[in-house]
Amino acid sequence: MGINTISRAARLLLLALLTGLVGCSSANEAPGSPTMAKIRERGRLVCAVDGAVPGFSTVAPGGAFVGIDADFCRAVAAAVLGDPGKVEFRPVTAGERFVALNSGEVDLLSISSTHTLSRDAPGGNALSFGPVFFYDGQGVMVPLASGINSLRQLAGQPICVESGTNTELNLADRMRELGLAYQPLRFQSGEQAYPAYEQGRCAAITSDSSLLAAKRSGFKDPAAHVLLPDLLSKEPSAKVTVQADPAWADAVRWITYTLFQAEESGLTQANVEASREAARADASQAERRRFLGIEGDFGRQLGLPADFTVRVVKAVGNYGELFERHLGKATPLGLERGLNRLWTAGGLHIAPPFR
Amino acid sequence: MKPLLRRLRAELFATRTDTVLSLALISLITLAAFGVLRWAFTQAQWAVIRVNSTLFAVGRYPVEQQWRLWLLTALLVAASGATWGLLRAHPRPDRSGVLWPRNDRLALVLLVLIALAVPAALGLSLAIASRWWGLTVLLILCRWLAGRFGAGLPASGQRLAALVWPALYLVGMVLISGGLGLVTVSPSEWGGLMLTLLASSFAILLCFPIGVLLALGRRSDLPLLRWGSVLYIEFIRGAPLITLLFLGQNILGFLLPGGLAPERVWRAAWVLTFFAAAYLAEAVRSGLAAVPRGQLEAARSLGLSYPKALQHVVLPQALRVALPAMVGQFISLLQDTTLLSLIGLLELLGTARTVMANPAFLGRNGEVYLTLAVLFWGCCAALGLGSRALERRLDPHAVPSAT
Repeated sequence: MGINTISRAARLLLLALLTGLVGCSSANEAPGSPTMAKIRERGRLVCAVDGAVPGFSTVAPGGAFVGIDADFCRAVAAAVLGDPGKVEFRPVTAGERFVALNSGEVDLLSISSTHTLSRDAPGGNALSFGPVFFYDGQGVMVPLASGINSLRQLAGQPICVESGTNTELNLADRMRELGLAYQPLRFQSGEQAYPAYEQGRCAAITSDSSLLAAKRSGFKDPAAHVLLPDLLSKEPSAKVTVQADPAWADAVRWITYTLFQAEESGLTQANVEASREAARADASQAERRRFLGIEGDFGRQLGLPADFTVRVVKAVGNYGELFERHLGKATPLGLERGLNRLWTAGGLHIAPPFR
Repeated sequence: MKPLLRRLRAELFATRTDTVLSLALISLITLAAFGVLRWAFTQAQWAVIRVNSTLFAVGRYPVEQQWRLWLLTALLVAASGATWGLLRAHPRPDRSGVLWPRNDRLALVLLVLIALAVPAALGLSLAIASRWWGLTVLLILCRWLAGRFGAGLPASGQRLAALVWPALYLVGMVLISGGLGLVTVSPSEWGGLMLTLLASSFAILLCFPIGVLLALGRRSDLPLLRWGSVLYIEFIRGAPLITLLFLGQNILGFLLPGGLAPERVWRAAWVLTFFAAAYLAEAVRSGLAAVPRGQLEAARSLGLSYPKALQHVVLPQALRVALPAMVGQFISLLQDTTLLSLIGLLELLGTARTVMANPAFLGRNGEVYLTLAVLFWGCCAALGLGSRALERRLDPHAVPSAT
């Protein structure tokens, strides 16, 4: 015990000396991230999820958190700690998520949080946003039988909307822009609005497109309702960390990019190990060798293991796999990828070069 | 049959107005009941409850450790049965000494029916269903044993038997959270009905002594004590519970260095406790006000010290008066635990929220909320029944029974 403490103190001293030296000698060394140090010391990542957003994070009957947001937590744990299971999920509600992050209660927000200026800026919430993880937008759903296929046809019609939300304001803005009169039918919560729409009390209902699609899958006849092509707002959501720890924000950023890059390179949960062996034997696959940590020291520059990309993809798969597993056509939600395709397929997700 | 008809006629159909009103109300109630039943049996999809029954019961508690919760349930059931039997074996003078009065026989039939119906309705596996039956048998067995042989227990033994409950609470804490050789289960994995009951029972048990002290403090002659109590009570009563919960969850993290703040579940339980204590203090104060001043003065003039006079003369009378108000407070405390879902804890309502968001069960709101309502009604009804039994036991004016 005594010796242990002494050697730990000695190590700490050495570390402090080294960081001091390194700080003035070379910009190449990995900067220390207090959050990552805390995560390693505690042996698990404390990851905030909403816990009640279909496809993003819910609790399965067996007690495990499932969804694309929950799997992102696992990807980060795999990269930092080498084990996707070392996550403590912390359900937080929309109202308290930023406070929970800033007070150090959680290491990372893996919740659909729209990236806005005031949340990002030092004079606002002073948060650090990763790359956009999911492109959403406010959509409008109508019954297929109504034959409505554009916002203009909703003139004078009742539209169901949750009161006191951005959704309600966006609808008013857009209808004013178009010069259309309409009757907003306001509800306190979605639990009242969706049944009212399903019973035919309004001609249309508006909310985030992903949520509309999710709610539709719970309807008696989901195929009888369609989403209009018009979007009323853009809601690009990203993973959030504290601004005070840029090294941690960088690590989370590049873990997100890893998911995009893996899809672009055709690397999947199933083939990533074999691909790495193949690339190790084949010096001509330069780009892949860099991405998989065979060449260069990109992992170390981020304060992560050299093979963090392999660990991430092995743990949860690439972005496309994540999307299809939790949100795509094979799930009850049945979302289109749309803007969430890679840039190579006409979408908006793009990973900067790993070099 | 005849008296029933006559009573119905006297109470519901005495005059023309009565008849019209009664018929209208009866048809309305029948329609509503029919609508609910038709929905429950033909349209509702109860798979959402069947599949998630473990989640509703204990939340994310690890499966391989759930035997500890079964053991705790068995201990609680045995203690309940024994207490029930002992109470019957030592009836108050106003009660007949019958070991199995009619209410008990009814309760027994009801319990057996529940033990048969619930596992069948939930489609539980035989292994789990047999545990339900085992628990029911255990309850009846303990009830019977204590009723049969409990009469011979001396008064000192009875006092000792009452200590089983606090001891069981501590054992329960160890069984749930681990330690003493058991694997630790972090409070972040507690949930469902278990978390609801744990948080509310913790708050109910601890808010009682704090509330009594606050009530005494408020009536104290020492200005510092009096004003301190008044300030505390009025501050807590002036703030909504949800803001206090938010404060406890999020501000403690800023105030205390990392790791020192207690687990979130405990923070919430303490906030509930301190909140309920302020309201309880006022209920107790109303009881204290109902005890004539002469009682205290008489006790003091007999030579009892102030604490002794409080303990033996004033408080027993005051608490008896305050009992209905206090139980009302406990019941609303139990329902207030649903606010914990707003700070991200997966108690019953939080579990319901996440279950309703599961893509496989979207749109099953009615089934989930109805189940929650039944569970909450069951817990609150039990509290209410218990309090009424306690009131009867404490009633000094009860007429001695003829038998």
